[in-house]
Amino acid sequence: MPSKVERWKDETYGMEVRDHLLRFAEDGWDAIPEDEHDAWFERFKWWGLYHQRKGQESYFMMRIGTPMGRMTPEQLRTVGEVAREYATGPVENPEFGEAYADFTTRQSIQLHWIKVEDIPDIWDELESAGLSTIQACGDSWRNIVGSPVAGRDADELIDVWPIVQELHETFKGNDLYTNLPRKWKVAMTGDRRGSGQGDINDLAFEPAIKELDGEEVEGFNVNVGGGLARKEPRFARDIDVFCRPENATDVAAGLSALFRDYGDREDRFNARIKFLVDEWGPEKVRSVLQEEYVDYELPTAGEDLRDEYDYNAGRADAAGDYIGVHDQSDGRNFVGLSVLVGRMAAEDVIDLADLAEAYGSEMIGLTQRQNVIVGDIADEDLDSFLAEPLLSEHSPDPHPFMRGSIACTGTEYCSLSIVETKNRMVRYGRWLRDNVPVPEGVEDFHIHLSGCTASCAQPQIADISLRGMKTRKDGDAVEAFDVGLGGGLGENPQFADWVKMRVPADEVPGYIANLLETYERERAGPEESFRDFVADRDEDDLADLAEGEETSYEDPYLGNTKMTWYPYAEDDDMNASPAPTDGHGEPLPSDD
Amino acid sequence: MTTAVHQLDDGAWVSVNDSREVNVSDLWRLARHDFCPCRLADFLAEGFVEVAPDGADVDARVAGQCIQCGASGVTDWLTLGRVDPETGAFRPVVPESTHVPGRRSRLAAPP
Repeated sequence: MPSKVERWKDETYGMEVRDHLLRFAEDGWDAIPEDEHDAWFERFKWWGLYHQRKGQESYFMMRIGTPMGRMTPEQLRTVGEVAREYATGPVENPEFGEAYADFTTRQSIQLHWIKVEDIPDIWDELESAGLSTIQACGDSWRNIVGSPVAGRDADELIDVWPIVQELHETFKGNDLYTNLPRKWKVAMTGDRRGSGQGDINDLAFEPAIKELDGEEVEGFNVNVGGGLARKEPRFARDIDVFCRPENATDVAAGLSALFRDYGDREDRFNARIKFLVDEWGPEKVRSVLQEEYVDYELPTAGEDLRDEYDYNAGRADAAGDYIGVHDQSDGRNFVGLSVLVGRMAAEDVIDLADLAEAYGSEMIGLTQRQNVIVGDIADEDLDSFLAEPLLSEHSPDPHPFMRGSIACTGTEYCSLSIVETKNRMVRYGRWLRDNVPVPEGVEDFHIHLSGCTASCAQPQIADISLRGMKTRKDGDAVEAFDVGLGGGLGENPQFADWVKMRVPADEVPGYIANLLETYERERAGPEESFRDFVADRDEDDLADLAEGEETSYEDPYLGNTKMTWYPYAEDDDMNASPAPTDGHGEPLPSDD
Repeated sequence: MTTAVHQLDDGAWVSVNDSREVNVSDLWRLARHDFCPCRLADFLAEGFVEVAPDGADVDARVAGQCIQCGASGVTDWLTLGRVDPETGAFRPVVPESTHVPGRRSRLAAPP
C-alpha cells in the first residue's frame, strides 16, 4: 500500500503547488487548512519550503538551489538582500546576528524565518535574478552538485558546466520526473580533484577515459546508489557504464526513470535508490537501464582518475578543499574563502557580491565544504583583493580548525536534530584554535558535526566525525556526540570508524585536544596523514587513543535545546514562543 | 472522532490531527522490555518508524538507542499519548516516566 506521503503527492504535487502557495500567501498563514497542514507542508518542499520545527510554526526554511553552487555576483547580492529583508525572526542568533544565509553541503542556500505571506515577493526577487527554489527539497531532482569552478579550473579533464546546465534545464519542472519515490541527488565531476563527491550521491558521473572505435574519448563512469543517511551509509556503486558527455542527459533520464518506476513507494525508509541497488546489485541496475530506458548500447566503464582525487580525501600531500588562491585555465585566479559552518551574515553576503563585482569577477561558487569561491581575480589585483577587510572575517588562509569545520542546521530550526550544532561548532573551533597546538604539517583538518543520523553535515567522511546524541552527566540528560575517526573520499573512500560513543558535548574539545596530542606523538611522521594514522589501527587501539575531558571550554547549550522554542531566546520555554505569527510577525490568537 | 496520525520528515516527529505533538530527542524510560539488557532502559528516541492510533491512544515504534548500554534498534509499540475523545486534544505522556512497550491490541492497518 502506498505511504500517506505518496497519496498526498498523488493529489497535488510539483509545479501546481506553486499556485496553492501563492493563494496561501495572499490569504495568510490561517488560510492553510489546519486539518491539511501535514499534506501541504510535505508538498511545499517541492518548491523549496520546509516548515521549521515545533515552536516555530508558520515559519519556513527556504532553500535556493544553485547548480554546482555557481552564481554571478549579482545573484549573490540578491541572496543577501532577500536574507536581509525577509530572513529575520523574533530573536537574533548570538553568533550570527539578525539575518544570515546558510551555504549547505549540497551547494545550495538556506534562509530561515520565512513567512508564507512573503513568498511571492521573494520569488519575484530571486527569479528576476535567475535564481529559483524549484525542487530544492522534496521527492525529485535536487540541486546538482559539482565543482563551481568547472571550466575555469586548470586541474580538470572536462568542463561539465554546459552539461550540468542541460541537466538542470531538462529535469527541473519536468512532469516525467516531478514525483519520484524519494529525493534524487546527482553529482557531476569533471575535474581531477573529485570535488563532486559523487560517492555519496544517488547518481554520480565520475571523469573517465575510454577507447571507443579506436579513439580515446573523455567522458564519465556512472555510479549509482550512494548516500549517508540513517546509519545506512553507502558509496555509489559502479554499474560498469561509460557515458559520453553528449549522452549524460539520456543516461540520467534513464536512471531517474528507473528509480521512479522501481523505487519503493510503500516504505519511505526503504525508498532511496541505494536500497534498490542493495536489492538488485549493480549488474541488474545496468541491465534494466539498458533494456528498458536507453536506446543505444551502453559502453562498459572506462579508466577513471580516482588516484588523483584529493577533495576531502584526508591526504597529507594535498589540501582537500578549495581554500586559498588557485590557478584558472585562463591565467587568472580563483580564491576560496572560509565560511565557518557555512553561515554568512546577510550584510557580508552583499559586501562579498560588491567586492567580487568590483574586481571583475563573473563567478561566485559555493562548495560542498560550506565555503565560498570568488573567481576571475587577475594576477595584478590579487594582492589588493587578499587585503580586503572582508577577507579577515572570511579568510583564504584560515586556521586549520576553522577551515575544516562543517555543521548542519541542528536544533535551532530542524525537527530531526538531537543537538545544537552551528553555534556549538563555532565555539569548538574558536576554543581549538586558541588552545590546541596544530600537529606539524597539518593545514586542513576536517571536523564534521551533524545533529543526527540524517547526516546533513556528512559526518562519516571527515577526519573527526561528530554525530548528535544524548547522555547523562551527574544524572542529568545532556547533549552529546558519538565520535568517528578517519573517514574521507579520494581514491579509496572510507566511512569513519565510530570509536567513542556518547561523549558529553562539553568534553568533546578536550577529547579532540587529547586525540591530536596522541596523533602527533605516535604518528610515523608529518607525512602520515591523520586518516592513514587511523587506518593503521584496530578498533580497540582507536578507542584508546583519547578520552573526553572537561576543559576551559564552556557549553551554553548542554541541556535539551530541542525542548526550547528557540535555543537562544531569553525565555526559551516552548510556551513562550510567539509562533504562529501573521505576516508582520505578530502572534496569532490561539485556539486553546 | 477519527484520529489522523502521521510520522513525518524522516520520522522526526509525530503529527496528531495535523498538529506536531511528539519530537525525537527525548529520553524515554522503558521497563519490562526486550530492547536491551538494561532493567530500566534509558532510551533516546531518534526516529519514529511507525505510528498508529489504538483507540484513544497514539502508539509508535521508535528507532533509537539506550544511552546506558548503547544498544540500538526499534522498540516495540510505545504509547505516546492519548486523544481526548470529546475535544480531540492530544495529551502526551511524560517520556521521563516509566513506560512499558508492548504489542498492540489492534492491528495498525486492516488485514
